[in-house]
Amino acid sequence: MINSRFFNRSELIGFIALAAVLFVILPLTLDVFRLNLVAKYLTYAFVAIGLVLCWGYGGILSLGQGVFFGLGGYCMAMFLKLEASSVENTKIQSTPGIPDFMDWNQITSLPLFWQPFHSLTFTILAIILVPGLFALIIGTAMFKRRVGGTYFAIITQAVAAILTILIIGQQGYTGGINGMTDLRTLKGWDIRPDHAKVILYFVEVVLLFACIGIAQFIRLTKLGRILVAMREQEDRVRFSGYSVANFKIFAFCMAAVFAAIGGAMFALNVGFMSPSFVGIVPSIEMVIYTAVGGRMSIFGAIWGAILVNFAKTSLSESFPQLWLFGLGALFIAVVLAFPNGLSGLWADYVQPRIDRLFASRKSKTDWKDNSVADGAPAE
Amino acid sequence: MLIGQQPKEFLLAVSGLTVSFDGFKAVNDLSFYVEENEIRVIIGPNGAGKTTVLDLICGKTKATSGSIQFRGKELTKMRENEIVQTGVGRKFQTPSVFEDLTVFENLEISFPRGRTVFGSLTFQRDQLVKNRVEEVAEMIFLKDKLNTYADELSHGQKQWLEIGMLLIQDPDLLMLDEPVAGMSVSERAKTAELLNRIIKNRSVLVIEHDMKFVEDIAHKVTVLHQGQILSEGTMEKVQNDPKVIEVYLGH
Repeated sequence: MINSRFFNRSELIGFIALAAVLFVILPLTLDVFRLNLVAKYLTYAFVAIGLVLCWGYGGILSLGQGVFFGLGGYCMAMFLKLEASSVENTKIQSTPGIPDFMDWNQITSLPLFWQPFHSLTFTILAIILVPGLFALIIGTAMFKRRVGGTYFAIITQAVAAILTILIIGQQGYTGGINGMTDLRTLKGWDIRPDHAKVILYFVEVVLLFACIGIAQFIRLTKLGRILVAMREQEDRVRFSGYSVANFKIFAFCMAAVFAAIGGAMFALNVGFMSPSFVGIVPSIEMVIYTAVGGRMSIFGAIWGAILVNFAKTSLSESFPQLWLFGLGALFIAVVLAFPNGLSGLWADYVQPRIDRLFASRKSKTDWKDNSVADGAPAE
Repeated sequence: MLIGQQPKEFLLAVSGLTVSFDGFKAVNDLSFYVEENEIRVIIGPNGAGKTTVLDLICGKTKATSGSIQFRGKELTKMRENEIVQTGVGRKFQTPSVFEDLTVFENLEISFPRGRTVFGSLTFQRDQLVKNRVEEVAEMIFLKDKLNTYADELSHGQKQWLEIGMLLIQDPDLLMLDEPVAGMSVSERAKTAELLNRIIKNRSVLVIEHDMKFVEDIAHKVTVLHQGQILSEGTMEKVQNDPKVIEVYLGH
């Protein structure tokens, strides 16, 4: 096995299963509408990977990941919105060439901070750097002062509330409560037709696997072990000569950047961005996806994001009022019954059987190679 | 600088150290000096401020006033990780090891290299690290437990592991808070042997209640009472001091 050092056996099975499902099974079996829904679910998987590093490993619970998801999403949406607001497209406005919501709010020229979003290179850098720097500022302000635990979680929640209020209040600059809608093209390439949605889905899955690779790399370095150490005995890490605050800031910034990539892919795949993906409720939902999947497992958290969102779509189609109760019940069930989430259940009940299977295969050496690792996902 | 006026260069010079918690002075105008390669034991009744003194030196608690000089550097103005990097190691009273990591990984984290974020991302587990970890693991009687998770160790083994984690830092001043507390008789003997081996070529500051153990290792004893020094000197001198007998050794 090539990857035997990078992934252990159970992680390798998780990797192959996820790759098979996302690259082969789902594109072959789902229609474009459903595949686009999966693309939407997967944007939350990016957030979940970040939360595994930051919360599962580092023990830093952030209830404000929607902030970074939103910042990434808005950066992408600003670029797309500018492209959709060309002079030809907006000639009926009183000021042609600016986004429609600006025109509705009596703004007559493009604000200065919108100007650089004409450039795709700048936009891509901004998707990474704006949330990264914002997380750096919050992280430095909090962790250098030893604010942690519940207090940190509450502050991130407050930041999520503040950002939502800011976006809604500054309607002329942000599109307000409606968000940025009617996004059309990326460098002239129409993102709305079916074939574009399929391509965007694959781009997103490739990016997701890149993020899995980065997260797994971090987890395997000494930094990954320091995060675990810090979660358990913060003082011992400090008195082993490490600046605990810097490591927390790093984990928080990584989680922010992953969330922002998810947000940017959301704007591309779903075709709009609005404050309803930024605030307190979506931020808490993101934590629940991670908890349900398993906050100690990268693959578990991704499955959590996919499955909870799938349940959300199917349940809220039939019982719209019940969904929030269902989500709450699910979270309570995770906390009380299976604190390590679905990946914990997998490790307790399914993994031992697979190990036994491998053990028995080893003992019967003359067995011919059959497909073993193509098992469907556990959950 | 005052260094020129001092008769001798001390490794650690604590002078006029005071810390008050809401008006209560846990340590009150305390001064003492530790020489190179000296083994100093701090004893005293409960609440005398022994652990607080160690907390102040390693930066866990900030001093209200006074100064702590280590090799001429003022520690009261430094952060904890900087104090560690200048060569002060601290063992806590209750064993604090990383239970979700193996013995090897516990020791590796304390290896003094790659202590920044970038450094720990690029840290390589090379032969030097492996050799050093194995060498220390042998000293602390855990050589055959390198791949055991620390939560499976006994209380005594966890204490040894934490001592090992300090050892791998190779500090010039080693501070131990009750290293044999809660240990069985045989573990105590082994720990004494271990301490006697590791205290070579460094200064050690120990808090301990076990008088037999103190007698075995101490060069000099400082007796604390209500945040102040009651008596200081050799074990023999301290044991015969009537004030000490009254407040501490008498009962």
